[in-house]
Amino acid sequence: MFENSSPMIYMFLQLAVMAIVTYLIRMLPMTLFTKTISNRFLRSFLFYVPYAVLGAMTFPSIIFSTGNVVSGIVGAVVGVILAFCKKSLLTVAMCACAAVLITDLLMMFM
Amino acid sequence: MIQNSFSKGLKDGIPIALGYLSVSFTFGITAVLQGLPVWFALAISMTNVTSAGQFAGIGLMTAGASFLEMALTQLTINLRYALMSLSLTQKFAPSVKRLDRLWIAFMDTDEIFAVASGQKGKVGKKYMLGLAILPYLGWSLGTLLGAAAGSILPEIVRNALGIAIYGMFLAIIIPVARETKPVMAVVIAAVAMSCAFYWIPFLSSVSSGFVIIICAVIAAGLGALIFPIGDDDNTGDRGEHGKAELPENTEQLEVEADV
Repeated sequence: MFENSSPMIYMFLQLAVMAIVTYLIRMLPMTLFTKTISNRFLRSFLFYVPYAVLGAMTFPSIIFSTGNVVSGIVGAVVGVILAFCKKSLLTVAMCACAAVLITDLLMMFM
Repeated sequence: MIQNSFSKGLKDGIPIALGYLSVSFTFGITAVLQGLPVWFALAISMTNVTSAGQFAGIGLMTAGASFLEMALTQLTINLRYALMSLSLTQKFAPSVKRLDRLWIAFMDTDEIFAVASGQKGKVGKKYMLGLAILPYLGWSLGTLLGAAAGSILPEIVRNALGIAIYGMFLAIIIPVARETKPVMAVVIAAVAMSCAFYWIPFLSSVSSGFVIIICAVIAAGLGALIFPIGDDDNTGDRGEHGKAELPENTEQLEVEADV
């Protein structure tokens, strides 16, 4: 429809599409649904959702997140171990980055 | 029990904000490398506040994709937020009205959602505001810095930053999975399915946004069938009445599973 308009207008419209779709996805369920859910299955389901979503988002993508599968795997292993030891969000993220950097540097010189 | 302290929210938001700095920094670099102006990269971050959706979005924009394609891509990648928003409705104190939800929804990111869900009992709007402010600033500032200065970083450093967001995800799920066996089972099921979708030839043609939704719905659905949470537990997590700490809750979950 407007795809052939000027590049700047196209970019702005695409920005608007992105922002509006993303906001509606978040806003509609939150505002339309104001009651407490009594159904036990549904409550259990909603309790497990975040962990399932984040798990599926993380694997296997984490392995390919660094442009190099070897350093991706090293970073993932370091991250999993530190998270298992209950280190903070920031510690886990930064140490995984550091592990990737060190691995990539080592591989450059080998 | 209602968690509604603004300062507690701010404090809980600090690690998220720092994590966002590194992830949005990477987004800023990527946007500029794809030819977008610095201010436009910042505008995307300030209006979207979503990692995977933004990365996919700039790819589509610079490829000249149609508006429908953009809308559908954002819908599939971000549909998980609908599940999270729905889940959060069960977490809000009664004082969180519809009008408050209009702005809380804007900041319903994976990490803010996870931290809010992890609170004991219900959460109020002051807590949510405190929790959201610093991550929003971190997300915006990181984008600006990455877009303005990121391209001077060597590629090897930029590559290393790419894993930051996944490190944050690990730090959110693994500690809970370690304490609560049903959560561990759900996570393992979701990961196994997600890997199958990646490596099994026929399945790998499904778009990544849909894969996340399919895996999450099946894994959480199985979890809910096999390990339903307790009936007297209104929040569906760490004990509404302040009696059930996480380990106790684990036992409760296991007993329920045997029934």
